[in-house]
Amino acid sequence: MRFGKLTGVPRTGSITKNDVLQFLMKGRAFVALILVFAVFTLLAPGFLSVANLIIISKHVAIIAILAIGMTFVILSGGIDLSVGSIVGLSAMIAGGLINEGIEFSRLGVIVYPSIWMVIAITLLAGTVMGLINGLTITRFNVYPFIATLGMLYVARGLAGLRNNGRTFANLVGRPELNNTGFEQLGAGTLLGIPYSIWIMALFAIVAYFVTMRLPFGRHVYALGGNRRASQLSGVRVARTETLVYMVSGFCSAMVGLIIASQLVAAHPATGVTDELTAIAAVVLGGTSLMGGRGGVAGTIIGAFVIGTLVDGLVVMGFSSFLQNIIKGLVIVAAVIIDQAQIRMQERIALQSQEARAARA
Amino acid sequence: MSRVNELPNRERESSAMPDAFQSPVILRAEGITKAYPGTLALNNVSFSVHRGKVNALVGENGAGKSTLMKILAGVEQPGEGTIRMNDQEISLSSPVDAIRNGIGIIYQELDLCPNMSVVDNIFLARELTRSGTINSAEQRSRTVELLARLEHDIDPDDIVGDLRVGEQQIVAIAKALAQDVRILIMDEPTSSLSGSEVEVLFRVMDDLRRHDISIVYISHRLDEILAIGDHISVLRDGRNVADEQVANIDLTWIVETMIGKEQANLFVRSHQHTIGKPLLRVRDICLPRVGGGYLVDHVSFEVHEGEILGLFGLTGAGRSELLECLSGACPHATGTVDLSGVVLDSNQISDRIDAGIFLVPEDRQRDGLVAALSVKNNMVLSSLRSYLDRLGISLIPRKERSATEAMIKKLSVKVSDSRQLISSLSGGNQQKAIIAKGLLTNPKVLLLDEPTRGIDVGAKSEIFNITEQLAAQGYGVILVSSELKEVLGMADRILVMAKGKITNEFTRHEASEEALMTATGTQRI
Repeated sequence: MRFGKLTGVPRTGSITKNDVLQFLMKGRAFVALILVFAVFTLLAPGFLSVANLIIISKHVAIIAILAIGMTFVILSGGIDLSVGSIVGLSAMIAGGLINEGIEFSRLGVIVYPSIWMVIAITLLAGTVMGLINGLTITRFNVYPFIATLGMLYVARGLAGLRNNGRTFANLVGRPELNNTGFEQLGAGTLLGIPYSIWIMALFAIVAYFVTMRLPFGRHVYALGGNRRASQLSGVRVARTETLVYMVSGFCSAMVGLIIASQLVAAHPATGVTDELTAIAAVVLGGTSLMGGRGGVAGTIIGAFVIGTLVDGLVVMGFSSFLQNIIKGLVIVAAVIIDQAQIRMQERIALQSQEARAARA
Repeated sequence: MSRVNELPNRERESSAMPDAFQSPVILRAEGITKAYPGTLALNNVSFSVHRGKVNALVGENGAGKSTLMKILAGVEQPGEGTIRMNDQEISLSSPVDAIRNGIGIIYQELDLCPNMSVVDNIFLARELTRSGTINSAEQRSRTVELLARLEHDIDPDDIVGDLRVGEQQIVAIAKALAQDVRILIMDEPTSSLSGSEVEVLFRVMDDLRRHDISIVYISHRLDEILAIGDHISVLRDGRNVADEQVANIDLTWIVETMIGKEQANLFVRSHQHTIGKPLLRVRDICLPRVGGGYLVDHVSFEVHEGEILGLFGLTGAGRSELLECLSGACPHATGTVDLSGVVLDSNQISDRIDAGIFLVPEDRQRDGLVAALSVKNNMVLSSLRSYLDRLGISLIPRKERSATEAMIKKLSVKVSDSRQLISSLSGGNQQKAIIAKGLLTNPKVLLLDEPTRGIDVGAKSEIFNITEQLAAQGYGVILVSSELKEVLGMADRILVMAKGKITNEFTRHEASEEALMTATGTQRI
């Protein structure tokens, strides 16, 4: 009965209609997930098979990893529109490193880094893109929306420029160069479960731990809740805000690597509009766009709702047009319920207060 | 809330009522009750507006004046109660309803758009039109007329954000006059006006009164009420404690009724403590003002161990800015700050907190707390490093909890569960939680900026007890307050500030109300 305590309403013992409604609203993302599963299980035979669940989870992993980074940004009261472009740029960086290596023209040598190096360099590149976002926002006082909108274009442009708009194909490496095995990231499994799902689980656990247990996580919540009060409390606001965008950039680079590996190819248009899917998952998971409220756990459920919804609609043969309409309605409905829940919470608190005043 | 209800209603019954209703009542609010999260702002309040009179409304900060006015202006809706105009019940569910009923209001926080011109502000949402387009010529000439009536030569095309605050106040008054109001509510209209501007305003009010317009006048400057008011109503802790004719009362009556006789001696130190060696030395602190001059002008002073240093002055004297300079919130501040012999070279908030200086800011809601977080998470926000594990990575919830619980006990914060949202606490308990946040950083000097603003009388005395105990434990305390009685009762030493400078210094024994007011450079209370 944790929810009763959180609202600050003294519990009276018996469970009222309000309590039930509150409980359902607070767990609405979870309720939505159960509903989505139930509907598709009834309507689409074979939906609940292990094979299908793994396919869904693979799609969910992509959304979820992006959405985890986005959760940090949104909790801090910001927004990151550049994640889709950083996904594309990261894919192109990784593809280029495998197929073309790093050319040191003055020495006349080309160095082909190992796959581990490729992954490390790509993740670093994504983090640096996030760092640039963060510095633009904190040093030059640019609104996050504008700063990351700029990065959306720049990173996408760089992704195209890398290979003049062409795809890096067949990213399997060459044995003689010692850079094979990149496709394993997308295709390999551990205990029958694809690596990407393990990575999602790892990211989720770490992110949950960071938000709940690390001073940095607490600072992110405080920053989104009241920037000025956080600053006066001694929170290093600029540093925290910059870090948040670096986390998001890092997550985006991870997704770029996974997608390139799954396709065994890097295409410059990888991840177009992924930022919007990530934002949708975060909002669906109950994180407030105003910042300071919500969390990683909700985001993971939100990612599952969106991923399952899309896959289920495909399985049932809905057109992509109809899919978009349903996705849009679900997202707006989630926020409407969010607002209704906040109003209801306030009303209940005021009622109990007036009742206490009347008793006294 | 129970404490409020126990307050005796005696003053109200005993006040001389028979001639209080000579002039007809145009508006009567009856049995108004309004709750906000954490506070009962108004508790069964009744208030009458006498036609063609200046109806003064007084009360301490947080007594409910502004809430009552917002209800009459249709901005807030009461939980209970009725409002009658000329004996007809009316409903004021939006500001538009209030305007339709001829009720205009000038807000304490100016409700002007800083990005628009004077004319555009005055006619905002009531634009004068000719065949569907805005009639600028007509609006402009009407504005010139209004400003002439207020004896001001502000350019109607000036952008409001570029005007002085006093000038903005004049624009706000002109805006209210531009509507055909029958009742005009003025919420602290003189707080940012100069003496001559106040005289003009009083002439305008007198003129309005003669034109049968009823005025509701809220002010902290009690001598003004004696000068211009006809009727007076006093609110205390959300209750209506007295209604009188101004002709029958004097300043002492107002103060006693406002504070309550039993509370008049609230701020008296219960035990003496010893003052130790110098703790904080401040030399030549300067904070330049945008557009020339200084907000804080070459200020130097010392605070000793166990000393409560009072900082008195009127709004805008630079007291809050001085505290912000000390806390590291003003990167452009210059001067040296020396804490127990160590010169603090970093001008960053987090470094100043580490050194041992913590600011409890003036505006609790905006600067003091994170409303979306729990009581516990607010309390530990500044001292998170103390609750890490041995590796210095992860927070240990048990450590956080025990620190929080100890503070809740020490400061007797009334909270049923520390996981409760801080926004659900009453103002006084929120303030205690913020002080707890400061104490958890192990400070040496606490900067308290108006720590009792907007909290009820009982909580005020608790906050002062806490302050006293902290001083007794050897903390240095700088207390900023605009209330004379608080500073006189609490401080060991009092510095008076005016226009960014320290104008005078008094020991506890030298200080008196007259001396402090004289030092601020104004005679008004």
